[in-house]
Amino acid sequence: MEAFVRLDAKAAPLPLANIDTDQIIPKQFLKTVEREGLGKGLFYDLRFDEQGREKPDFVLNRPEYKGVGVIIAGDNFGCGSSREHAPWALMDFGVKCVISTSFADIFYNNCFQNGLLPVVLKADEVETLMAEAKGGNHVMTIDLAAQSVTSPSGKAFHFEIDPIRKTKMLNGLDSIGETLQAGPAIDVFETKRALALPWLEGA
Amino acid sequence: MPGKTLYDKIWDAHVVDQLDGEAILYIDLHLIHEVTSPQAFAGLRTHGRKVRRPDLTLAVADHNVPTEGQALGVAKVADEEARLQLETLARNVKDNGIEFFPMGDVRNGIVHVVGPEQGRTQPGMTIVCGDSHTSTHGAFGALAHGIGTSEVEHVLATQTLRQTKAKNLRVTIEGEPAPGVGAKDLALAVIGEIGTAGGTGYVIEYAGSAVRALSMEGRMTLCNLTIEAGARAGLVAPDETTFEYLKGRPSTPKAGGWEMAHAYWKSLFSDPDAHFDREVVIDAAKIAPLVTWGTSPEDVVPVTGKAPDPAAFATPDKRAAVARALDYMGLTAGQPISEAKVDVVFIGSCTNSRIEDLRAAAKIAEGRHVASGVRAMVVPGSGLVRDQAEAEGLDAIFTAAGFEWREPGCSMCLAMNPDRLEPGQRCASTSNRNFEGRQGRGGRTHLMSPSMAAAAAIAGHIADVREYL
Repeated sequence: MEAFVRLDAKAAPLPLANIDTDQIIPKQFLKTVEREGLGKGLFYDLRFDEQGREKPDFVLNRPEYKGVGVIIAGDNFGCGSSREHAPWALMDFGVKCVISTSFADIFYNNCFQNGLLPVVLKADEVETLMAEAKGGNHVMTIDLAAQSVTSPSGKAFHFEIDPIRKTKMLNGLDSIGETLQAGPAIDVFETKRALALPWLEGA
Repeated sequence: MPGKTLYDKIWDAHVVDQLDGEAILYIDLHLIHEVTSPQAFAGLRTHGRKVRRPDLTLAVADHNVPTEGQALGVAKVADEEARLQLETLARNVKDNGIEFFPMGDVRNGIVHVVGPEQGRTQPGMTIVCGDSHTSTHGAFGALAHGIGTSEVEHVLATQTLRQTKAKNLRVTIEGEPAPGVGAKDLALAVIGEIGTAGGTGYVIEYAGSAVRALSMEGRMTLCNLTIEAGARAGLVAPDETTFEYLKGRPSTPKAGGWEMAHAYWKSLFSDPDAHFDREVVIDAAKIAPLVTWGTSPEDVVPVTGKAPDPAAFATPDKRAAVARALDYMGLTAGQPISEAKVDVVFIGSCTNSRIEDLRAAAKIAEGRHVASGVRAMVVPGSGLVRDQAEAEGLDAIFTAAGFEWREPGCSMCLAMNPDRLEPGQRCASTSNRNFEGRQGRGGRTHLMSPSMAAAAAIAGHIADVREYL
């Protein structure tokens, strides 16, 4: 996993609540055995019409938002299906940070497995950033070490993040390798489990 | 020391190691399917890692299988990408010694139907799957939730998951529901009450006389839809209904083991003095048969109700969201919801494809006929459900009434296989998500119970099942 330390990138406003993972990456793109290449399906029904032509009005299709790295979205971003294809698609498209007032639980977890930073801010702060992102200069700075988002006009907002998750993101740590270091504890747990709940063995 | 909730008890029994704020939690059962597992197995191969406990892992093929011609085998699946995913799963489970019910096997079906049906799902377990509706298994008093593919890989490699503990929310549903009101209506009522993000950060325990009175199928429907309220997992404490269901299933403990397991299962309930961070109480008697009008599962309305007026909402954002949903759904503000004509009826999905669901729908369909111009399909949740329904003659009732009787799979719930809506088509669906495009681009989904969906098929529009009882 790539480390996330600091990001200076264009931010696009997506002022819709409850953007679900079906909208982020529709079902037809889930029939892949790869993690890569999903950017083409990101927000597909919002980006393209039924003939597959770009919808010029959609924010990510507008020339000033080409190369976007941050999305600022409405409440409860990422609800619905557990598909990790959603963060994969965002990352493949170049998005490395999503800012909202709230995220759905499974999507939030999935972000941290992929170096995509979900930032939770207060409603008025998100609104301020959303307004600035609609303007001519919409480059935001996200500093994970300092836990801050700085708007183009220089307004800085602090965000909270779990310290363990922060460390993993800053260092790009693979949690499987880390958990495997607890191998002996897992062995002990399994031995106790086999004794206490023997019917669970050899199911 | 204060008492523990059911969630606290299961959590505590599975902590392998506690780090700062994050626990390593042991996983008793890992269910996998073709769509969210290939990248996890690829990750294992890249790092030279093995599956730690293949015996605690079970695989099915459900999301993208066609619902006809399954006996022809995977080689005849027309969709090349779907075929590749199915073949990849078959190879991965073979290489790693994981039990697998392939497409066409009578034991195969939707992962959340198969686990309980086989007795793999048991009280007190931790259960995960790369699918958000894993919450279904909470009906047995198991802590069960969906995970992403990186976590699938983590569980395959370590049989554990890194988790932070959620808060406790108890939803108590008291009283007796009116005739025609079932588990699906209770679940939609809960989502309508607390909202689609209302349960975020919580595990919900369902309690109360209306929950106790539900069959296991009903409890599975209720827990299944917990994720649509934003909560990762839903739980119902196991009781005699649970034990009765479990008895004699292929993977439940046999003589000797059963008594030990039974004694343990009976300890799985929230202590009377347990602390819940939040409590919600719902009166079952006040719930009417519900349908969704919009594009979020929280957009519920009684079948006798109307599509909402955006002007009635407090904030500009909410007004815009309601207007957008009405526009997408092809409804006008204040329109009685029963005026909505349906093109397609879908009875199936991990929410409502079990034998009891099919019986409820068949009861409405019996001796009647699907309205002209409506395509109605019934997709059983597993091969065993299909066999059982056929043994009871339900297939004959459905086909005589003009419904298609299909083979098991997720089907039109998420439309990854050939079963999908065309743009603008309106569907009465027993599934779980009415998101934009969920059942096919431009498709319009109204969520409802199996008997309500059957009534809609007969009427040709959204209809009050109470007029068909």
